Amino acid sequence: MAQPGLQRKTKIKVEDSSSLKGTLASVFLLGFFLIVTWVGVFYLFVERF
Amino acid sequence: MHIHKYEKIWLIFGTATLLVFLSVVGVSAFYLGNQPPSCMATVDPEKVDTLAPFNKPGLNKVEGKEWDYELVFVASAFNYTPGEVEVPLGAKVKVIATTKDVIHGFSVAGTNINMMLTPGYISEYLTTFDKTGEFLILCNEYCGAGHHMMTSKIKVVE
Amino acid sequence: MKTVSEKIKVDRLDGKLGMAHFYVAFIALAIGGLAGLLQTLVRSGKLVLPAGIGYYQILTVHGVVLGLVLTTFFIMGFQLVAVSRTAGTFTSKQRMAGWIGFWTMTIGTFMAAVMILLNEASVLYTFYAPLQAHALFYLGLTFVIVGSWIDGAVIISAYAAWRKRNPGKPSPLLTFMSLVNTLMWIIATIGVAATVLLQLLPWSLGLVDRVDVAISRTLFWYFGHPLVYFWLLPAYMAWYVVIPKIIGGKIFSDSLARLTFILFLLFSIPVGFHHQLMEPGIDPAWKFFQVILTFMVIIPSLMTAFSLFATFETYGRSKGATGLFGWMKKLPWGDARFVVPFIGMLSFIPAGAGGIINASNQMNQVVHNTIWVTGHFHLTVATAVILTFFGISYWLIPHLTGRTFTKAMNKLAIIQGVFWAIGMTFMSGAMHAAGLLGAPRRSSFSEYGGAAQAAEWIPYQVAQGVGGTILFVGIILILYIFINLAFFAPKGEEEFPIGEAADESEKAPMVLENWKLWIGIAVLLILFAYTIPFVDMIQNAPIGSKGYKLW
Repeated sequence: MAQPGLQRKTKIKVEDSSSLKGTLASVFLLGFFLIVTWVGVFYLFVERF
Repeated sequence: MHIHKYEKIWLIFGTATLLVFLSVVGVSAFYLGNQPPSCMATVDPEKVDTLAPFNKPGLNKVEGKEWDYELVFVASAFNYTPGEVEVPLGAKVKVIATTKDVIHGFSVAGTNINMMLTPGYISEYLTTFDKTGEFLILCNEYCGAGHHMMTSKIKVVE
Repeated sequence: MKTVSEKIKVDRLDGKLGMAHFYVAFIALAIGGLAGLLQTLVRSGKLVLPAGIGYYQILTVHGVVLGLVLTTFFIMGFQLVAVSRTAGTFTSKQRMAGWIGFWTMTIGTFMAAVMILLNEASVLYTFYAPLQAHALFYLGLTFVIVGSWIDGAVIISAYAAWRKRNPGKPSPLLTFMSLVNTLMWIIATIGVAATVLLQLLPWSLGLVDRVDVAISRTLFWYFGHPLVYFWLLPAYMAWYVVIPKIIGGKIFSDSLARLTFILFLLFSIPVGFHHQLMEPGIDPAWKFFQVILTFMVIIPSLMTAFSLFATFETYGRSKGATGLFGWMKKLPWGDARFVVPFIGMLSFIPAGAGGIINASNQMNQVVHNTIWVTGHFHLTVATAVILTFFGISYWLIPHLTGRTFTKAMNKLAIIQGVFWAIGMTFMSGAMHAAGLLGAPRRSSFSEYGGAAQAAEWIPYQVAQGVGGTILFVGIILILYIFINLAFFAPKGEEEFPIGEAADESEKAPMVLENWKLWIGIAVLLILFAYTIPFVDMIQNAPIGSKGYKLW
């Protein structure tokens, strides 16, 4: 078990901070979209009686 | 199980966002009184017409309550009683409604008044009519062939 | 190494069982799609149905045939062949059980369909009492559910046999996922089976006079929300396992994919109250508690979004992509097996946003039972899920029939996806907008006594008619492609794509296969979320309702 574990750690170090930055940006865009739409409808809720 | 650093950041951000959403609606519901309509009172649907307050549908002034008026509606296939009602601007109103037969909806278009009328149960919603205009009431839960003909009207007047 | 797994074919006899399910599913698509087209045209105010056919009759056809028949048949067919492919060919007993399940579902479908066509069951697919349909309608739907349980038993038994043959090893990913969805389905359908067998069937047969409406609704929605996850999870299976292989990449993380599915098993059931937020008779504190659980079930979808983007980016970068979004260009934009499900994935972004809004407790007052909700689930099930099912069909049907997915069909399939995207943007977009203005769902064309507000909705309803027409062209295209792949495409070999994990050395934790644990937690959550409000409902029940036939 220890051997593959070690291998994995070194492999991930190379990829870790460089190669998934587009993914991070994409999911945050998605997150902001969720927030904007939610706040929009919440505003309608507050505005209406 | 390995979780990538960026995925951790995303999941913390996402979960925090959801917690904020929940807190906002939670505080609004439990502290500011904006609960969704959840009246627990029951009624015999076959005797609705003879029981208060449904024996007097329409806008009724009340005294000694937290609200100024009670606006009572009775729904049945395929109409609402009353078919039209005037409410003074700024009135704090408890809308009280029920159904005599099947499930109906009670939706006042363009407002937050939107509740289900389940046979056997009373539905209530407390609100202040703070905008003038004509508001369409319609049934938004399927109730039969005339479902889309079921309508009434609230006029909020100065 | 790869070539070995690429050559594995689903057993011919198991393939036949799968195809039987798909034939019914696509016939359902044709009928339900036509009904959908007619609805949007009626509601635009431009069409009056001939021959006394009721709007609500075709609405019932649309909902039952697409929401229950198409989905259940496709999903069960897909899961059966996925298990056969990844956990090994079925035994003849298992296959026989699969056929019994198929025929039980098919007979049930036929019974329900006849009752709907005779106008004895225009109660919509949610069949809320006290509207009372013919007993054969309820019995037919019971057969559909029972048949799906028999199919489910085949999946469970194939899984158990694999585990016995491979002690200490995590099960194949697709088999694991099929099993989770099957378990969730069985736990969830207990609710609808209970209301049908204990309440609606005896009541429609005249054995009892009255039905408790609130309890019936609560049992229905105990089933109704996991139902939508039952539709979604097979699409997630394709997104997690099949799509990486099609683009030439890897599964981002095998273990996280399994964890996601376990989270769905736990949190997609005890959340039915978020469909009943506007209802009397349920304490608002219990409503809010289920709202919190509903928000928990968003988290596995957030994980899925990350995994998919990561799969795409990792693949793109391995092909030399640079910059923040350069990897997008490296994806196989000419391959319908990828492009069509990808459109589905994109649609799940606004679909998810709308879902969070719907579930937000009192905010539901803005949208409840408006046509916004219809717009919402036409993005989830009728775009994200169904386009993924189409994407699956493009390789699975020829794989099972021993044919090939030709270049011409591939091109047509991409056009089909584009038609769907355009049509749905019009239809669902207009539905969302009109819904925010208060336009109701499930309603025929109406001017509401000349109300000014209702007049504002009509342009949106015309846009829905335009969108619905474009979507119907999409349905004709997919039916044409299906018939081609089933009967006419050139003979050959089509791969059943199964992705490999990026990190093969990372073995999935065996605790994820501990079903006593997960089912135990799922049951505890259900008991916690439902027991008190449900007992309350029984103790404080009003007098029950007699049956009504108001159509």
